[in-house]
Amino acid sequence: MTIDFQNILPKTETEYTAMVNLFANKSADLTTRFVKVFTQREIGLYLNTLATQEKWVSIASHHTPLTDESVIAVPVPCLWTDQGYKIEELEKVSASITGCDALIAQTGSVMLSSRTAGGRALSILPPHHIVLATKNQIVPDLPTAYRMIREKYSPNYPSMVSLVTGPSRTGDIERILVLGAHGPRKLTIILVEEV
Amino acid sequence: MNNLAKKFHQDAAHMAENVALRNVIATGLGKYAEGRDKKIADFQDWQKARETASQIKRESLNNLPQNIQQLTEKLTSRGTHIHFAATGSDVCRIVLNILRQKKAKLMIKSKSMTSEEVHLNKALEKEGFKVVESDLGEFIVQLRQEPPYHIVFPAMHLTRYQISDLFHDKLNSQPTENPETLTMIARQNLRSQYIQADVGFTGANFAVADTGMISVTENEGNSRLCGSLPKTMITLIGIEKVIPRLEDLPLFLPMLATVGAAQNLTAYNTLYSGPKRPEEPDGPEEYHVILLDNGRSRLQKDPVYREVLKCMRCGSCLNVCPIYKSVGGHTYNATYSGPIGSVLMPKLFGMAAYKHLSFACSLCCACRDACPVKIDLSHLLLKNRETLSSQFAPKYEKLAFKGMSALFNHPLFWSLGKKLAWIGQKLHPLIEGSAIDPAQCWTATRKAPKLVWHSFKDLWKKYKS
Repeated sequence: MTIDFQNILPKTETEYTAMVNLFANKSADLTTRFVKVFTQREIGLYLNTLATQEKWVSIASHHTPLTDESVIAVPVPCLWTDQGYKIEELEKVSASITGCDALIAQTGSVMLSSRTAGGRALSILPPHHIVLATKNQIVPDLPTAYRMIREKYSPNYPSMVSLVTGPSRTGDIERILVLGAHGPRKLTIILVEEV
Repeated sequence: MNNLAKKFHQDAAHMAENVALRNVIATGLGKYAEGRDKKIADFQDWQKARETASQIKRESLNNLPQNIQQLTEKLTSRGTHIHFAATGSDVCRIVLNILRQKKAKLMIKSKSMTSEEVHLNKALEKEGFKVVESDLGEFIVQLRQEPPYHIVFPAMHLTRYQISDLFHDKLNSQPTENPETLTMIARQNLRSQYIQADVGFTGANFAVADTGMISVTENEGNSRLCGSLPKTMITLIGIEKVIPRLEDLPLFLPMLATVGAAQNLTAYNTLYSGPKRPEEPDGPEEYHVILLDNGRSRLQKDPVYREVLKCMRCGSCLNVCPIYKSVGGHTYNATYSGPIGSVLMPKLFGMAAYKHLSFACSLCCACRDACPVKIDLSHLLLKNRETLSSQFAPKYEKLAFKGMSALFNHPLFWSLGKKLAWIGQKLHPLIEGSAIDPAQCWTATRKAPKLVWHSFKDLWKKYKS
């Protein structure tokens, strides 16, 4: 059966600027840090500032045109996960920088997979996860995002696809929200408009 | 009354006196209800969402064999090992075999009610394997060696002070009143275990038939770590959790988060389609999916009780149930508590053992209105009672109801009965509360309304003219 998503799910936007604004609002609710930059060079500058602010010792990333260009600007060693890595080393890094499949305006979520985010652990083990996304990756809603996963990958799906909505959290003690239960305490999403 | 029923009544009575604990539960569930209503309001049409979700689940259950076949074919084609477990002990045997084959010592687990249902941890620990629960709430109750208090909030019965004392005792941590510090103690403690673990174990919320994927919903990221770091991964899932299409998830995931945790979406909703692929840098080399029946296919064949298989274990019926709020989770002494448990436990594990749970209900129907997939739990509880009254009612009870029926059907018996009851009530104080009091069960906690010699009917007759 076809589902009447348009009249069921929370309202969303379809025009680019409105989608970005909605995504920014949802991110604020989720305590995700959302940053919009214009050029690829600005990603590097932003990461560089973060590295100083948070006193990064090392980072981890995987190779994509966008991550390659951005990681150069970070003045600490980078562990590349593409060809395999030691878990103990990944556990020590200060932050990870990955790509993604889509940003979802409706919910402030990131869709990522073992193929677009450097495997399974890179986006979940380090304490600060930084997602790089491009202008064409933002989509209006969840149904579009899942349809996109099928169109993009079927039948050779990545072994893991994860819809990430905000940093890791728990309410298991007296229903009080605590960020960074087991996964990243911080989630930063950088959207670059001109690539 | 059997032993389980006796214990239920004793524990419920104790709980009624434990105001402190009932306050902890009321506060937790109060916060939940407030948040849930806000998130429901975000939907454009929540009732339509419920109706649609219910229809999809029903359709899926009607085609369960085909859906399972499609799911397993797709999963197998990508190198996943599929195991069918008819019973709980089959699950334990399958997991033990995998652990032995892999020469594993440590298995790290994320939350799985289905594993509670089959008592997996006990079976593995008996054979010398170490099992660590990684979900914060489950980690806490595992340290206390008790079962989860609630399907979704395992440690909701504990205060931060109790948890601080527990961590101090078991993990030598400094006492603290800060929930964040407590969470970080657990985080630090579990980090090394993820890395050392030979096997990662997860439960599952949905299985997508048409793409062959397992969907896991969580907030903490512990399940994703269990599915990323260990070399072998195992997922246990009940066969009823299959949904037909990938495109159904955009409906189910936000609904589950809304009623389960009062969120628009939980932090991680992850799909696993198999073991690590050759071009991928990490992930388990082996992926095992265990499909558990344990009475579910029997329910699937039952046109009335098939409905209960729509359940996605969100816990929302527990959260609104006046009985659950009053007696608490542990009193049920059952894997699944609250209204869903009261329907499911007798049907899955024997009417005779769990029949008392069918009466742990005031028929207020709050569970029916809260259920995101529209399971009419209150109706099914009544159905349970119907079965019980025809099969399990003692002879004296049947006789008593025959007597009542005669009394209500014959005006002469009725008016005579009224007068006799008036006399009986006058004499009752002589034996009230003693062992020979036939109304003892009732009068122990209640006062009966006072009967009068001249009933309304008598007065009506007298004053009508």
